[in-house]
Amino acid sequence: MTDDIARAAGHTDPPPRVGFFTDTSVCIGCKACEVACKEWNAVPEDGLELTGMSYDNTQGLGASTWRHVAFVEQRGPRGGAVPGAGDVDVFDAARALDTPAGNGELRWLMSSDVCKHCTRAGCLDVCPTGSLFRTEFGTVVVQEDICNGCGYCVTACPYGVIDQRPGDGRAWKCTLCYDRLGVGMEPACAKACPTDSIQFGPLDELRDRAADRVARLHAAGVGEARLYGEDPEDGVGGDGAFFLLLDEPEVYGLPPDPVVPTRDLPAMWRHAAAAAASLAALAAVSFAGRPR
Amino acid sequence: MVPDAEFASYYGRPILKRPRWKALDIAGYLALGGLAGASSLLAAGAHATARPALARTAKLGAAGAVSLSLAALVHDLGRPSRFLNMLRVVKPTSPMSLGSWLLAGYAPLTMAAAATDVTGRHRALGAAATASAAALGPAVATYTAVLIADTAVPTWHGGHRELPFVFAGSGASAAGGLALAAAPAGQTGPARRMAVLGAALELGAFHLMRRRLGLAAEPYGRGRPRALLRAAEVLTAGGAALAASTGRRGRAPAALAGTALVAGSAALRLAVFHAGVASAEDPKYTVVPQRERLAARARDGDGDGGS
Repeated sequence: MTDDIARAAGHTDPPPRVGFFTDTSVCIGCKACEVACKEWNAVPEDGLELTGMSYDNTQGLGASTWRHVAFVEQRGPRGGAVPGAGDVDVFDAARALDTPAGNGELRWLMSSDVCKHCTRAGCLDVCPTGSLFRTEFGTVVVQEDICNGCGYCVTACPYGVIDQRPGDGRAWKCTLCYDRLGVGMEPACAKACPTDSIQFGPLDELRDRAADRVARLHAAGVGEARLYGEDPEDGVGGDGAFFLLLDEPEVYGLPPDPVVPTRDLPAMWRHAAAAAASLAALAAVSFAGRPR
Repeated sequence: MVPDAEFASYYGRPILKRPRWKALDIAGYLALGGLAGASSLLAAGAHATARPALARTAKLGAAGAVSLSLAALVHDLGRPSRFLNMLRVVKPTSPMSLGSWLLAGYAPLTMAAAATDVTGRHRALGAAATASAAALGPAVATYTAVLIADTAVPTWHGGHRELPFVFAGSGASAAGGLALAAAPAGQTGPARRMAVLGAALELGAFHLMRRRLGLAAEPYGRGRPRALLRAAEVLTAGGAALAASTGRRGRAPAALAGTALVAGSAALRLAVFHAGVASAEDPKYTVVPQRERLAARARDGDGDGGS
């Protein structure tokens, strides 16, 4: 039902809804997806800086980073990211490798993040120009010649994906390689991924594949494996790009329970109408007083 | 008192994107919209009750404020031609789209009202424009609350119930203040009452909002939002008290009270703006309430297999 969004958006006879299933359990952090995305989409460079926070110098998704590989460095299985590379004593870490429980063991979680292409997309809902639109593939794309740089989509994304490009002012994000989809090709990031961590395909099929993968990981003793964003009943109606994670979403910089802001829009308009009526009443009372 | 929150994050980096709006442009846009909308109500009331000087002040105030607010919006967009893209579509799910259409109707009405008043020509047209602007005024003053509440920014979205009332009150206190400062004392009775009632609504609704926000209210107690909020409270409450106590005695107290009220309203919008930005920049305000929501859902859903 939620996969009928292309039809709801006015496309007659759309192809099946497509998306990404990003299985982070096999991501090796090679960043080939980041590079392939930049190359194919001619996305400009957006700062070459050493952050010192980890080996991840891209830091996050942005107007000029449409795929971002997070590097989470952990001491122990459920510790969250350590505050900075400087906090890790490699000798201590090496010594801890001998301990049977492996409590001090370092582990890396790598995860390639991307626009979620939500079923109910905040950015698309609030765009005042119609620049953001739902494609026939069920994905969400910005038309850069119509975007007027109002920045409303930036504040409406519960995932913090879309952003304004400095110096340009317009909003940019992953298009799920709309141009490639149109000619039957898969997106550049999925094509470049050497481990099939990024899988592209019809969403139904990806959901089946993901459920199967989680079951196999659980059977193999990886109890912490969980899917994120695959549930069509969640606050954004399910994501077109969903993930298999090995820790809580916030550890990867993802919100644990995102909700599309427009879900509350009817209530907001009702409160605004009541407030507007109060203001009119307040003005009427001001004139109803003693004349002076 | 909000307890210290324990939460995980990706190296402390924000989850949400920081709003890219320029503080002065957008907080100014919010404040001027409130000032304009409420001024139109004041103008229509003064027009109807034969207070010509008050009517002229309020009409000029509404036209000036809405012009400045449009200038602020266009400045934030970067290029004037970009505003035209706002009028490509009508989108009920976008408060900015509806707001643009609202302003496209409202702004010319305020200008017609002001122009006919100043020139003294086309009086019937002027009366119709004044009444129509007043009919749209309350929407102009309050839709901006929906504009910023319809975002993922925790401190803005969390206040979506009370924020329209805060903005309605703040608009009324600013419009009353402007008229108080600029119109002759003999006609400013309604402006004074509007300012005092507006200040009470603004401060009352804000207090309620802050209490109900929970963790997302925290940015109001820190740094720049805290200072701006203190200033807003002192200016608004002080201005209202001065306006109420001095009555129609003297120009100087009225001018002082009016100026304080306008400044108080502007400071409040800036405080709201900066508190929202601060809440987007710290992942805590995104993660902790969502975790609590999940935990509450898990508790409620015990037994039906949900995890």
